[in-house]
Amino acid sequence: MISATDLKLTFGKGTPLENPALRGMSLTVNQGEFVTVIGSNGAGKSTFLNALAGEVMVDSGNIIVDNVDVTKLPTHKRANRVARVFQDPLAGTCEGLSIEENLALAIKRGQRRGLTTAVKKQYMERFRESLSTLKLGLENRLGDKMGLLSGGQRQAVSLLMASLTPSAILLLDEHTAALDPKTAAFVLELTTRIIEEQNLTALMVTHSMKQALEVGDRTVMLHQGEVVFDIEGEDRKGLEVKDLLGLFEKQRGLEVDDDSLLLG
Amino acid sequence: MLSDIALYGAIETGLIYGLVAFGIYISFRVLDFPDLTVDGSFPLGAAVAAMLIIAGWNPWIATGAAVLAGMAAGAVTAILNVKLNILNLLASILTMIALYSINLRIMGRPNVALLGEDTVLTPWYDLPLDYHQVPVLLFVIVVLVSLVLLWRFMKSETGLAMRATGANARMARAQGIATGGMIILGVALSNGLVGLAGALFAQSQGAADVTMGVGVIVIGLASLIGGEAVITPNTVIKALVACVVGAIIYRLAIAFALNADFLGLQSQDLNLITAVLVTLAIVLPGARASLVARFTRNKA
Repeated sequence: MISATDLKLTFGKGTPLENPALRGMSLTVNQGEFVTVIGSNGAGKSTFLNALAGEVMVDSGNIIVDNVDVTKLPTHKRANRVARVFQDPLAGTCEGLSIEENLALAIKRGQRRGLTTAVKKQYMERFRESLSTLKLGLENRLGDKMGLLSGGQRQAVSLLMASLTPSAILLLDEHTAALDPKTAAFVLELTTRIIEEQNLTALMVTHSMKQALEVGDRTVMLHQGEVVFDIEGEDRKGLEVKDLLGLFEKQRGLEVDDDSLLLG
Repeated sequence: MLSDIALYGAIETGLIYGLVAFGIYISFRVLDFPDLTVDGSFPLGAAVAAMLIIAGWNPWIATGAAVLAGMAAGAVTAILNVKLNILNLLASILTMIALYSINLRIMGRPNVALLGEDTVLTPWYDLPLDYHQVPVLLFVIVVLVSLVLLWRFMKSETGLAMRATGANARMARAQGIATGGMIILGVALSNGLVGLAGALFAQSQGAADVTMGVGVIVIGLASLIGGEAVITPNTVIKALVACVVGAIIYRLAIAFALNADFLGLQSQDLNLITAVLVTLAIVLPGARASLVARFTRNKA
């Protein structure tokens, strides 16, 4: 379980560019829940994910992951609890390292690293097996450099890497946004399959309202650094993009003028 | 052509600079950390080893102390960068400048002679070998041992974490790697190797001098880049072999240039030759590619 309470964060405090990115964000995600997060540009989606991962430190509020207060912990000390896939397909893997080396890095996520060989023989079976579920033929290319793979292939491997060791939460930061539609659909299908099979707790930020309603079992909308609505279960079933927009306008008394919200 | 003495001398110095190139490979290539500390840690290693040998220490222990001194210097640079957020290049220049004073303090004067002292080389002269072949044999062994250890380390869990830190720090953090710690460890390791090179250099030359570090970074880079031009460094082992090969080629090229009377070069032209060689090593691979591209276009 992961719970964020009253998170506040302002970038560039005391400067003319002062920008309050989180203004009292609170959200609790229960074990095994798959939450999709939407919101327009600048709503605080990425900042919220970065705050959960530890890439940015919040000014106030606290973050509890599996009963441990991680608010003050840097990224690498949360890595045993928080797994992550980035928006940029190049960001989640090391292109100069081979596929097996990338996987070997991930299999020790959040654990002590010693002086024994990183790519161990006993991992190979597992690497091949999980790569073969991608049906990209990568199980026969373990020694290939990551840089030889396409963006979609690399994103698929990033996803495998994030699920190789257990975590309290999987953070997906618009991880299909930089891919072409066909590849995006493949990666999204893979995402839902992995989350279902391993019963993962996941938070997926997306730019597409349609995607946000189609996958997962709960949808949260952010606006100006706060949660504006949170729907799940029966209320969420059969909901369409236009209903979501209506809800948003009713809640805020605002006209939605951001085209990007309607895309997808 | 080169005399035997000049040839073995070039290989001997090349092997020592191979160790420097290992260090520069770790900082510049693995960690992507442009580190100029080496200009200070090379004479630091020489000074520490020379003073301890004169004080009567076992030369191998003195050499080990030089490695530790080099590691400490590297750690200072990395800590300035990681903990105090000073730009990496500037942090290394600060340490390098500070080391100039420290090296003078250690030696108490600008240079120290090791004439008549027992060095790591002394017992090896009993072997039935030519006088100038002995250092080559010993340094080949030192370089090979360093190469194998470094290769094993780079393949280990910690070494892989270090490579990830340099290649993609954000990803490394997300995998739970303390990237700051990896930078400190890596830059320390790098300068430890350079300290070792300095200690061996002082012992083979018979003296430590406070100015012997000037330009070590450029020579190390020349070796690294030259080696990469000869051996494509697409694996760790190839990259390490390229360091040694590059360093030896570089020293041989220098020896030939100085020996070729028709060029009219003298030893004071060394730094100019180095700069020209580094420039060529950087430019030539690109020029070759564009030449190949031109020919293939013409054929089509």
